[in-house]
Amino acid sequence: MLRVEEIHKSFDDFKAVNGASLTVEKGELVAVIGPNGAGKTTLFNLITGQLKPDRGKVVFKDEDISKLPPYQICGRGIARSFQIANIFPRLTVFRNVQVSVLSQQGKSRKLFYPAEKLAVKETNSILESVGLLDKAGSTAGSLAHGDQRALEIAIALGNEPELVILDEPTAGMSPEETTATMELIKRLADSRGLTILFCEHDMEVVFNVAQSIMVMHQGLTIIQGEPDEVRNSSQVQECYLGGAEPC
Amino acid sequence: MFRDIFNLKSVGPLVVIFIILLILPTILPRFYTYILAVIFVTALLAMSLNMVVGHGGLFQFHHGAFYGVGAYTVALMLTKTSLPVWTGFIAGPIIAALTGLLIGAFCVRLTRLYFGMLQISLGSLIWAIAFRWYSLTGGDDGMHGIPMPPIISSQNSAYYFTLIIMAICLIIMYLIFKSPFGATLQAIRDNPERCEAIGINVRRHQLIAIVIATFFAGIAGVLFVVVEGSVFPDLLFWVFSLEIFIMCLLGGWFTFAGPVLGAAIMISLRTFVGIYTEYWTLILGIILILLIFFLPEGVWGYILEKFGRQSKEAIEGGSK
Repeated sequence: MLRVEEIHKSFDDFKAVNGASLTVEKGELVAVIGPNGAGKTTLFNLITGQLKPDRGKVVFKDEDISKLPPYQICGRGIARSFQIANIFPRLTVFRNVQVSVLSQQGKSRKLFYPAEKLAVKETNSILESVGLLDKAGSTAGSLAHGDQRALEIAIALGNEPELVILDEPTAGMSPEETTATMELIKRLADSRGLTILFCEHDMEVVFNVAQSIMVMHQGLTIIQGEPDEVRNSSQVQECYLGGAEPC
Repeated sequence: MFRDIFNLKSVGPLVVIFIILLILPTILPRFYTYILAVIFVTALLAMSLNMVVGHGGLFQFHHGAFYGVGAYTVALMLTKTSLPVWTGFIAGPIIAALTGLLIGAFCVRLTRLYFGMLQISLGSLIWAIAFRWYSLTGGDDGMHGIPMPPIISSQNSAYYFTLIIMAICLIIMYLIFKSPFGATLQAIRDNPERCEAIGINVRRHQLIAIVIATFFAGIAGVLFVVVEGSVFPDLLFWVFSLEIFIMCLLGGWFTFAGPVLGAAIMISLRTFVGIYTEYWTLILGIILILLIFFLPEGVWGYILEKFGRQSKEAIEGGSK
């Protein structure tokens, strides 16, 4: 469904992504791992159009999307969440998700109709599925960190995406919260038939959940394969997994 | 549609205020009627600015330019052409909105302060035209004694005309505020990057907001001519734009009705403190300092917070 081919991006002299490739099949749960500064977030920004690649292609459903602006990429069916909670802090939780649903339904520019009456069912169903329905009326900025992360995912779901890209969905969470969030992601993937691409620091989480893992190091793809394959790869062990010497 | 948005509880007090305002000219001295009319015009102007500043998060630093364009358009059409009077009244807001479209199209390509700086520059160009083109605009003298149609030429009828047009505009603005367009605009204010990622064409949305806001600024400009019967380049000067900006902050820029209060406070200060001292801006400065420290949400924002309604309702205009 999504194919990233030999993509490159430099900031001045720093090569943030230096030949990364990635394949995501429909219905898969794919993880990108790599040490800090490996270029995971940059890779995601390249896929969703926040950044434009210097070289290489991003192909989604047989279409090269690497030159499209973010809002058009979103319209193609890719939604994303961000590493830091990226919500609308002054709006209510309900409104946060509703704005996203309205955008999906092409109603963002309706001028003379009360917004309160639109997309209510869809919004509530999304809030329910991430467990935020009882907080629908609160101001988003006042939520606890874990709830803001869940809201972040809910906003992404509002677009009815086929592919959801989650940038470290469990960043800054306690182990319990991490487990809960990963369960949530798995459940959402099953119940809504989503394809999910995410990156993560926590190895245990990744190997438990992901069906395919891509390992990045210094902007380069080292390997992509099934968890076992990746675990047994000598290159990966040398460079990253539990290796005694830092690389 | 109307019943969905305006429930009796919130409309009741407004109707009462409106009726009081209708009766006031019969008891008030002429001077106060005039001041009220000026407040209506300025309130409408501040409300139109707040649409893009408070709800849209745009640094619309030179809103006065569009106000002036509306005022000059109607003044020029009434004095220099023999077209029917009402075409001038319609042309004012339309030309203002077209100017907004033109300037906005350049400005939305930039963000934040750069947006504001570019707008001040482009707006100042329009000011320079009004200031320098003596044969057309009368230069720094402006234009005076602009003939009004008899039905609104007396002071009281000008007052009623201004009041009614302002009320209609505020109702339309409120509908927009509560619409999906308004909701999305507020989301863009909070987080434009996130909006891009959920499929919203942020620049176009901002541009539409600017066009709508400048249209209303144009209406305010027309009403100014109705009340004052004259135009002058100060209307388009950037210092005046700053004053409108302050009205929004003063009243509460995250609320819907705040700018009305802000405009009323500013005009009253200028009028009544201005009688005693030329340096009324000194008082304004002190008020602003106090405001920043004690009422960061503005006067109306503070009132909403203090008296029952939740502050989040203030932000979203009372939605559940």
